[in-house]
Parts: sequence; C-alpha cells; structure tokens
Amino acid sequence: MSKPFLSLQNLTKRFQAPKGGEALTVFENVNLGIEKGEFVCIIGHSGCGKSTILNILAGLDEPTEGAVIMNGKEVSGPSLDRGIVFQNYSLLPWLSALKNVTFAVQARYKSWSKKQVHDHSMKYLEMVGLAGGAELRKPSQLSGGMRQRVSIARAFAIQPELLLLDEPFGALDALTRGSIQDELIRIWSGSDQTVFMITHDVDEAILLADRILLMTNGPYARVAESVQVDIPRPRERANIIHHSDYYDIRNHLVEFLATRSKALAGKQEEGTPSEPSIVRFGAHGVVSGPKDNRKPATSPVE
Amino acid sequence: MLASLNARALVLSLVLLAVFLGLWEAASPKQQLAGELTEYELLMGGAEPKAAVPPPSDVIAKAWEELSNPFYDAGPNDKGIGIQIGYSLYRVLSGYFLAAAIAIPVGFLIGMSPLMYKALDPFIQVLRPISPLAWMPLALFVIQDSQASAIFVIFICSIWPMLINTAFGVAGVRKDWVNVARTHELGPLKTAWIVILPAAAPTILTGMRISIGIAWLVIVAAEMLVGGTGIGYYVWNEWNNLDLTSVVFSILMIGVVGMLLDTAFAYCARLVQYQE
Repeated sequence: MSKPFLSLQNLTKRFQAPKGGEALTVFENVNLGIEKGEFVCIIGHSGCGKSTILNILAGLDEPTEGAVIMNGKEVSGPSLDRGIVFQNYSLLPWLSALKNVTFAVQARYKSWSKKQVHDHSMKYLEMVGLAGGAELRKPSQLSGGMRQRVSIARAFAIQPELLLLDEPFGALDALTRGSIQDELIRIWSGSDQTVFMITHDVDEAILLADRILLMTNGPYARVAESVQVDIPRPRERANIIHHSDYYDIRNHLVEFLATRSKALAGKQEEGTPSEPSIVRFGAHGVVSGPKDNRKPATSPVE
Repeated sequence: MLASLNARALVLSLVLLAVFLGLWEAASPKQQLAGELTEYELLMGGAEPKAAVPPPSDVIAKAWEELSNPFYDAGPNDKGIGIQIGYSLYRVLSGYFLAAAIAIPVGFLIGMSPLMYKALDPFIQVLRPISPLAWMPLALFVIQDSQASAIFVIFICSIWPMLINTAFGVAGVRKDWVNVARTHELGPLKTAWIVILPAAAPTILTGMRISIGIAWLVIVAAEMLVGGTGIGYYVWNEWNNLDLTSVVFSILMIGVVGMLLDTAFAYCARLVQYQE
C-alpha cells in the first residue's frame, strides 16, 4: 500500500465525563487517506465530530487515540504547513484586511522584506477580489463575504500544504457563497493545494470536491462512506446539474443524511472494517469498497 | 427647536450655572467695607458673628487673581496655584506610572497563567481593600521621606484596578484569536504583542482610567497629611489661614484637573478601541 500524503490512523476522540462516569466517545477508529492535491469534503450531522477532526488535523486539538501522519511526519501542534479558514473568519479586528494577511505572510516567510510581504499579500487579496482601497479597511467595515475572502486570502497566502476549511460559507447568503465558491475553486485549480473542507451543503460538496466523506451520527461516529465525484473539471455551477451523475450523487448524499447516517450510527462490533466503503457512480458503475458488504453501498439509489 | 442636542444641553448647563451662582450670591451676607469695621470685627472676619462662605463673586475674583499669576513663589506658605498643582501632578504621575510598569506585566502573567492567578489572588484580595492612606505611617517609617511616601501611597492605590483589569482583559481574549496566533506559529512574545495586547488593550485602558481617577482623589488627602507642597496641602493651608475663598477656589481647581486627566485617558482609550 503506497502511503498517502495525509493519513488518519485509528483516530479516536473521547471526552471524559464529569465525576468519573463513562467517557463520551465522539468518534472512534477513523481511518482515512488523502492524496496530495485532492479536494475532500466531509458531511455529517452536527455533533458527529467533524470539527473535532478538523481541529486535530490543524493541531489545535489532540486525539485520545490514534495519529495523523502528514508527509510521513506525525502532526503535533499547529503549524504553518496547515492553513485554516474558520466559519467565523477569525480575523483580528484591530488590523486592516491587508495587515491581517501581512502578519501571516511575515510569520511564514521570516526573511522576506517588507515590500515582498506586501506584494505577496496584495496578490492574494486581489485574487479574492479585494483591492482598490477595501484592503485598508478594518474587518468591522467589511461585509461577511468580504471578511471570508480576506480569511481565504490569508490561508492561501501562507501557501500551506494542507488547507482546512471549517464550514467557510456557512454564515453567508447564497449569492455571496456562490461567487466565493467560484473563487475558491479557481485559486485551488492554480495550485497543488490539498483541501479538507467541512460543509453542510450537499450541492457545494458536489461542485467542489473530488471525494465526499460521509459521517454517521455521534456518539461513536465514524466515516462510513467515501463518495467519489468523477464529474470532470472545470465544473460550472450552471452545467454541473446536467451531468448524468449529478443527481445520483446528490440523491445518495441526501438519502445518507436523512436516514442512513442514523441507521449506521452507534458502536461498531469488533472486527468491523474501519475504512470507509468507496462509492462510485456513472461510467465507473457502482463499486463498493472491497471489505464492505453492507447494503447501501451496493445499491446507492434506493 | 432646530438647535442640536449639544447646543441645547449647553444652554441648559449655562442656565443651571447662572441659577446656582445667583442663589449662592444672594444667600451670602453682604460684606461691609473694611473702613466701617472696628478692629475687633476685622479680626473676627467681618461684622458677622460667624465667618460665612464667600459669595461666588469673591471666588471668581480670587480665581482671576490666582490664575493670572499661577507660578509665583513667595516662600513655603505662599506659592502660586500652578506650582501647587504641578507638585501634585508630579506625585500622581510618578506613582501612577510606577504602578503601571508593575501592574501591566504582572497582570499579563496572571491573565495568561491560571496557576499564577490562583496563587496571587489571595494576596490581591487582602491588599486591595486597604485604604491607601493606611499605608502612610508605615511608608513614612520605612521610606523616611514624606515626598516619596506620598508617591508610594499613589503607587499602592493605583496598582489594583490596572492589575485586575489587565488580568481580566488578557484572560478574556477570544480563543479564536489565540488560535490564529497558534496556527501561525507565533512565539510567546509575538503572540503577546500581535494578538493579546491589542485584544486586551481596551480593558487595560479602562483599568488605567479608573486608576488615574483614584490616584487624583487620594493625592489630596495624602498631601493634607504630608504637607509642604501640593494642591491638598494648599487646601489645608488656606483652611488654617481661614481663607475660605481660596479653599473654594482650590476645590474647583481639583475638579478641573481631575476632569482633564480623565478626558486624556478617555481619548487614549478611544485610540485602542476596536469593533468586532
């Protein structure tokens, strides 16, 4: 087995119950591999531990058991190799949009001159459509969409190997979300960035992702399925819905969220395969994972 | 009725002032001319059996006289108001900035470290409610210098609000912002400088503003005790001279200087304010 760029090995998170009760297991034995340059979305109901997984990948949280290996090295603690975009933007409100990016670039490239840092930051701000004066404003003087653009520019500007997006468009209206999704995919296409993104939006996941991971409900949540999105790129918001696979995938996802996320939930028996079953549609036919024999994967559209 | 709220408030303030001064003036007994008084009456402070609070016209005249020459120095018992306020401000500011130099770093430490917070909290809780003037005898004994003792009293009274507010502000910095520092691999010093200090600055400045107010309250009492110079000594000295006009005038000056100090800190607080 060739080693993937990023692998999650037997990742488990438990929270100690107060007063010595039984610990709450959020998720257990999550095993995943992500290749370099892949765009992966993860979908699941609230409380299944998606954000905890992302925080562990970021190094902001620690797993109770298991490990995250990136580039052959175990992740411990936050690093500039992993950039993060949070739902609430996490911009420093006393700095201008530009300064919010330059301090990060300065932290990444310590030897750069002021001008290099400034030009590099401006390049990324321009990429997300923030220039011509807007970059000098404080976050409180920007709209939610513009703030998220700054946050995305900051994450890309430090050129991390892995980009973690925690529901980046959750707080935005549909129109703004659409245009920033387009920008995100444009910037990502021009780089060899690996992206791991949490979302609640099925359409967003299909538009953006190479692969969509589906999590069951917690406690004892796990990544049950990995849905391959083989719709060719570049994908256009207007055309993608006409692709023959689109509704197959969409129905599969919606149906997972509606029923199977609950049906598959709960503690697994010993010996159950811990890798998610692989689901493919279209030209490749419906293929289930080698170790999986559960019904949903073999007939995704019921 | 088209005048702005500010303009109308100003008119109302002036009317209230005029009414107050008018009532005060009317309530004050008319002074007789000195020539008509007997020597006994002069010694007793006028024809009345009791000396009265001077009318505002006397206070204004006194203010004009003092303010037109604020820096004269005619011996230990007779210095201009400017010199006295200067001494008070020197004591207040030196004690205050000494306190800030200790309170802000220590507050940072307490705010960052729950261990230090728990360890230092009992001391703070015991020391904080002590009236600053209660330290005076001990300070005079240990320091052996009345000038330095007054500065110490200012130091000890202004340290607490700054210490507590700094610790509170630092401990309350949003976790998101601390995570921004962590994910960008900022070292402890850079984290303090780029994230924590600006985030906590409004709270710290509020503490500094409370402290300067308390320091200015305390200096008057402290100078009454240590004597020699300063606006507090001036008030007490004029009381001993039975010069009530000067007492009323210096009370007003204490208020004006206190207001100016507060305004200056309010301005600084606006500079570090940010909107989320």
